[in-house]
Amino acid sequence: MMKSSEENLRRMTSALMTALTACCAFFAVSMLLLILGYIAWRGLGSINLQFLTDAPKPVGEGGGIGNAILGTLVLLLLSSLIGLPIGIAAGIYLAEFGEGRFASLVRFVADTLTGVPSIVVGVFVYALIVLPMKQFSAVAGGVALALIMIPIVTRTTEEMIRLVPTSLREGALALGAPQWRVILGVVLPAAASGIATGAMLAVARVSGETAPLLFTAFGSRFFNIHLGQPIASLTVQIYNYAISPYDEWHAQAWAATLVLMTLILVINITVRFLTRKKF
Amino acid sequence: MENPQPVFPSPASEYGARARVWNWRRAIAPTGNRGDAIFRAALFFAVLLLLLIVLLMVVKIGLNALPSIQRYGFGFLTSSSWNPARSDFGALPFIYGTIVSSLIALIIAVPLSLGIAIFLVEQAPRRLARPITFLVELLAAIPSVVYGLWGIFVLAPLLRTSVEPALARVFGWLPLFQGPITGIGLLTGGIILAIMITPIISAVVRDVLAAVPTSQREAALALGATKWETTRIVLANAASGIAGAVILGLGRAIGETMAVTMVIGNRPQISASLFAPSYTIASVIANEFTEATDNLYLSALVEIGLILFLVTFIVNGAAKLLVWSVTRGTSGTARAA
Repeated sequence: MMKSSEENLRRMTSALMTALTACCAFFAVSMLLLILGYIAWRGLGSINLQFLTDAPKPVGEGGGIGNAILGTLVLLLLSSLIGLPIGIAAGIYLAEFGEGRFASLVRFVADTLTGVPSIVVGVFVYALIVLPMKQFSAVAGGVALALIMIPIVTRTTEEMIRLVPTSLREGALALGAPQWRVILGVVLPAAASGIATGAMLAVARVSGETAPLLFTAFGSRFFNIHLGQPIASLTVQIYNYAISPYDEWHAQAWAATLVLMTLILVINITVRFLTRKKF
Repeated sequence: MENPQPVFPSPASEYGARARVWNWRRAIAPTGNRGDAIFRAALFFAVLLLLLIVLLMVVKIGLNALPSIQRYGFGFLTSSSWNPARSDFGALPFIYGTIVSSLIALIIAVPLSLGIAIFLVEQAPRRLARPITFLVELLAAIPSVVYGLWGIFVLAPLLRTSVEPALARVFGWLPLFQGPITGIGLLTGGIILAIMITPIISAVVRDVLAAVPTSQREAALALGATKWETTRIVLANAASGIAGAVILGLGRAIGETMAVTMVIGNRPQISASLFAPSYTIASVIANEFTEATDNLYLSALVEIGLILFLVTFIVNGAAKLLVWSVTRGTSGTARAA
């Protein structure tokens, strides 16, 4: 009799803990849905074609986020052009030649660089580019975002290339191909979709960055594609509008957030869909 | 005398002797193919660039912080006065705000993340675990500035009207929960941080738990352990990795900028109350960097950035080593489980 009651207690504890951990998971999921739902609810009201294409105007006159959308796209393009080649090349090196202490050091540095706060990257690029140029600029913003992308892309590229079976390399080498042709012609195509999804995730990640842009790209209230000038971005615009005292700008901040979140969610869900079969 | 190197008769050892001599051709192109050499050098250049960036970061930030370091020395870390108008700079209020808000975040996020990770790895059926994993990871995809916006307009009013008054009623005898209630302050910042670091901690804990060998679970179950008792054995095995995950979350909380800046109140003061506005290391940089007109002010802010850089570098490095100690054997692909 004693034994069975003790066993009951153990069973009940186990069931209780399962329920508790399930509650944690459902709490996190409901948090996500609440936040996303609230953004959609507040944002949908202010979105129309004019809002998406206009430049900002003074309070009370409407205005839109056209310049910020353009600016974000320019910054993303710029940072991808700088960050992706470096990140992918470093990733290939680590995957194909990455043995020994030097490679471990590089991995360690890349991983810790991923953890460096983005605001510190902003301070660095300010000292590196903005001070010598004596001006905030789109270039500085692009470099800051690229620096955040590089370690992420490096590590995902390495992981994806490592998934390519060794027999593929050996087969190509046995046919007499030099190593560089094996990597470029056989290994990379096999890992291409993985590398592409890694790159997409990196782009999604930096598209939401605000802190490194505050004193590099700075922001602008006009349409601008001159790379030597300050440029607007969705995130900085959301920040400026959110801390402003005007209800109209608050509404615009929610609408801009909806646009930004749509971009980020589309990328994340696409990646999820593409990698579904692999994992 | 003409040839100082000993010559051995057999062809195999001739090859061996050559291979032992360091040869720059061989070092650059082990395959002896010119295309390979160029390709490898190009890739190596990218890796060097990566290392150079980090090195340059330390040097550049260090150099720009130098005027402030020379002027204030160690007093910078212990002085609690921050008055740009009088060139009076001390970082203590920011250090305090960062530590307290990060601690609040950890107190909330660690049990929550552990629960999520345990549920997803040990308890939930696979069909349920996969979509939930994806949704929890999406929490990490929401940008900081969006959390900040949500914090200003949803969380802060909620805390002001219901949570903080309730805390003051029940725990009002503690100095932590006294003072005016505004909804903007340390507690709000800490809660926002908790939501933001939960997906990060739980993702790493998931990897760590998945890296614990299945034989451990089978052994426990075979001895008649319940599901929870088995889970506790798995947790004990993964302890150092879990510690790493928590430290990783701490590193993220320390460096988190926008969301905290938007809800913490941005006042450089040290107050015992969690309801009081405060300031963090990251948010003072975000807020005052473009306003810093004179060089000393700017240098003081850069020095704060240097502190942040070094602290997060050390914290993240320690976390990585701890996580590696558990997941190393599983080649980092434990996530696939």
